[in-house]
Amino acid sequence: MKNGIPSTSKKWFPVSVRLRSRLTQKVSEAGILSGMGLITTLSVLLTLIIIIVLGYEASLFFQQDGVSVRDFLTGFEWNPLLGSEKHFGIWPLVCGTLLVAVIALLIAVPAGLLTAVFLSEYANPRVRAIIKPALEVLAGIPTVVYGFLALTVFTPGFKLISENVGSYNALSAGVAVGILILPIITSLSEDALRAVPNNLREGALGLGATPAETSFRVILPAALSGIISSILLAAARAIGETMIVALAAGNTPKLTLNPGEEIQTMTGFMVQMALGDVSNYGVEYLSMYAVALTLFIITLGFTLMGAIIRRRYREEYQ
Amino acid sequence: MNDLQNSGANGAAPNAIEIENFNAWYGSFHALKDINIGMAKQQVTSFIGPSGCGKSTLLRWINRINETVPTAKAEGTIQLNGSNILERSVDPVALRRRVGMVFQKPNPFPKSIYENVAFGVRLHMKVSRAEVDEIVEWSLRKASIWDEVKDRLKSSALSLSGGQQQRLCIARALALAPEVLLMDEPCSALDPIATTKIEDLIHTLRERYTVVIVTHNMQQATRVSDYTAYMYLGELIEFGATEQVFTAPQDQRTEDYITGKFG
Amino acid sequence: MSKKISDMPEILSDPQKHAAATRPEEKRNRSNRIFRGLCIGAAFSSVGILALLILTLLGLGVGDLSKTFLTNPPDPDPAVAGFFPAIMGSIWLLVLVPLLALPAGVATAIILEEFTPRKPVLKRIHSLLQLNITNLAGVPSVVYGIIGLTIFVSMFGFAGKHGQSLVEWGIRSFDQFYSEVDQVLLVPVAGPNAPEAVLTEGLEALTAQGQEVRIHVIGENAPWPEDRALSQRTLRDYDTPGRVHERSWYYFRIPFGRGVLTGALTLVLVILPVIIIATQEALRAVPYSLREAAWGLGLSRWQTVWRVVFPSALPTVMTGTILAISRAVGEAAPLLMIAGIVFITNPPGNIMDDFTAMPLQIYNWAQRPQKEFHDLAASGIVVLLTILLCFNAIAIIIRNRSNKALS
Repeated sequence: MKNGIPSTSKKWFPVSVRLRSRLTQKVSEAGILSGMGLITTLSVLLTLIIIIVLGYEASLFFQQDGVSVRDFLTGFEWNPLLGSEKHFGIWPLVCGTLLVAVIALLIAVPAGLLTAVFLSEYANPRVRAIIKPALEVLAGIPTVVYGFLALTVFTPGFKLISENVGSYNALSAGVAVGILILPIITSLSEDALRAVPNNLREGALGLGATPAETSFRVILPAALSGIISSILLAAARAIGETMIVALAAGNTPKLTLNPGEEIQTMTGFMVQMALGDVSNYGVEYLSMYAVALTLFIITLGFTLMGAIIRRRYREEYQ
Repeated sequence: MNDLQNSGANGAAPNAIEIENFNAWYGSFHALKDINIGMAKQQVTSFIGPSGCGKSTLLRWINRINETVPTAKAEGTIQLNGSNILERSVDPVALRRRVGMVFQKPNPFPKSIYENVAFGVRLHMKVSRAEVDEIVEWSLRKASIWDEVKDRLKSSALSLSGGQQQRLCIARALALAPEVLLMDEPCSALDPIATTKIEDLIHTLRERYTVVIVTHNMQQATRVSDYTAYMYLGELIEFGATEQVFTAPQDQRTEDYITGKFG
Repeated sequence: MSKKISDMPEILSDPQKHAAATRPEEKRNRSNRIFRGLCIGAAFSSVGILALLILTLLGLGVGDLSKTFLTNPPDPDPAVAGFFPAIMGSIWLLVLVPLLALPAGVATAIILEEFTPRKPVLKRIHSLLQLNITNLAGVPSVVYGIIGLTIFVSMFGFAGKHGQSLVEWGIRSFDQFYSEVDQVLLVPVAGPNAPEAVLTEGLEALTAQGQEVRIHVIGENAPWPEDRALSQRTLRDYDTPGRVHERSWYYFRIPFGRGVLTGALTLVLVILPVIIIATQEALRAVPYSLREAAWGLGLSRWQTVWRVVFPSALPTVMTGTILAISRAVGEAAPLLMIAGIVFITNPPGNIMDDFTAMPLQIYNWAQRPQKEFHDLAASGIVVLLTILLCFNAIAIIIRNRSNKALS
């Protein structure tokens, strides 16, 4: 036969076989692979579509009367629906978004990191087998459920404690978002902690470090890039979270640091526009795209940073 | 086997470590069976035997690092200068300061060379910057690596070669002025030249420290140790002066092993 | 550090100095215990929060859970309002989303993970593709909602104005006339936008019961026929019709409008990166030796992937996919962007039909001020969580099984 493969005679092989044609196989595989390669480009296409759609519609917004990029980026007033004079300054929405995200991170970072340290350094396999799935379930709870809890459980609870808490407020939303992102921080940080080779742990313990000293001075610093990336990804999630803030945070764009006040986030505004009766082509409706573009850029920045840092730490140990 | 227990000490130097009726398990696996052995002060004792014979487990119980393994447990006594370290009241943190350990694979922390050595010092002691400097230099000299790293103390320990990393780990352990130094196959990940350097180092260390070394390399045991113990399947088969164990083993199994019939 | 230090530093050699400098172990051990306690506390309180949340929801929601809640449509009266169209809408999504997302996600993951290029230029592209997937996974779902709104609902507005269709299949349109005896007569027309039917004697029509009849046309002042059968198919020549449509189950149109298909496609965008990443991780976990074994038997790269690597990664892929789909089922924000809050009483009949889904209906009830609607939302949440917990349980069971099989 060709290719120097000996012919399949009975002399050297017990049964006579016919080899499948390499050519048909090669052609069909090339077909399958190019089809799959085409599908792979879908993901690139999707990114392009996001950028083009948001960019194009936002540019329509900036061409409207009384709207400018400069005012949008530097303005401290956002009132597309009320008032005689409309102002499109993004900062009140950014402020509301950051307020909720910061509250969420203040809860989720310490609790999530401590849980991650517990799981990777202290928990025996049996306890891990309970806590890990429980955290996965927590991560799988739809955000609308957290929003409902924030509105009907957290807010009344906070109102009992302080009179300065409104019916809609940043605090309840922030706490709910914090619970939402806690599993993200825990599971990604735990991955980073477990990626630290065990012989570093033994090295520190062998020098007489306590488990806490081992964690703080050796394991956490060694896993730092992974931990930071988990926090960045969680922050991106908190910034983009929609249902919780739409239900519990309110619809009043405001520059405030008071967590008890009603605010509006970027995502909250987008929902308000999509639900509202504003016409499909008015300046208010188009402003939604400008806000979406801002949100996209901010979250992109966070995830990009997180991904790059994460990639670096993966390389460190491989 | 009690007769083996003091044979190493020759009555001259008292034993630093005295292990009596020691048993250890991983879950239900009986890893060490009724071990009795004494290790002489300021001498090098080596443990040889085929893999899985329990020599590393024994070593790892001497500073109780093995208790971090979830399923591990132990019974019996390990006396360090007269007090049983397996007592619950003994603080493993204090114990490990007195019993330093060097691991199979070099495991410097991802910090600078200087910080690696200063790490343990700062944990255990309140010391001035100058004192840390002094200890770091002394330890690095003692581990005969000072000349190679003195100009780049601030660079990452991970930039060193494997042999240098292992000597750094020895320096790191010496910086705590331990009484005993445990070495778990310290040269198994190193090339012959680096191995020679570590072996020379072990020779100089016995002036001050009690060294216990686990090795699977019989030549290494003959080169570095004063006493040798042969272990097989969790039991201590033979223990005595190195020369005697290798030239006139009393147990057939020891002879089979050192002559290369198995292992 | 200039002078040569060859003797042991005093602080180490002098026992008194050494002891004086040593930090007390009790103190260090105490901080260790505190830290350990904090870790344990944090871990168990996060599990505690989960338990508390679920109990709270059960307490709020189970009481009102009844058979009518599951089978009734939503209603302005909370006492009789139900969840049925929302459940059906979610089931439609549950079928459509994996159908669309799974092949694309798995194909992309296989290409990225198993056909890693070696050439530097291609390697660079590969790594950018990878970064792109990571970023897509981080895009907020509400942004995908706005993209779905723009490209699927109205197709940028290029494909006809909103509400109108450029192309339609599986639709039959009729002009609907009412005779004076309130008999409905349906005259078939060419298409949804065809000109109004001209009434002529003997025009073919359908009754509401689907009977074929011929229309009898009379003038404005002509007397109404006495014969009952005739009068039922009689119309006056000035009667004006209304356009009605009958959509079959395979009805399809462009642009997609705010129907189930748009919802499903939008959710596919949301979970596609999640599925890709999960599948990649599953493939990565397959030992390299297995691939080498397959190559050693003379399998081509594709055969290796399809017959050896992918099957052994399948349980993990399924686990990841189930979790991704349960995320899609629980997602409300993108659906809210495309469908808005609509009052839907019927489950969708085709992929273009308007729809609502469980999380959307829950939001609808939760954002109302009345407590009665909050109770309904809680009941809806109980239903939704029950379904999602089942998904989670299945995923965890599959994973635990495959873990055992490999080890």
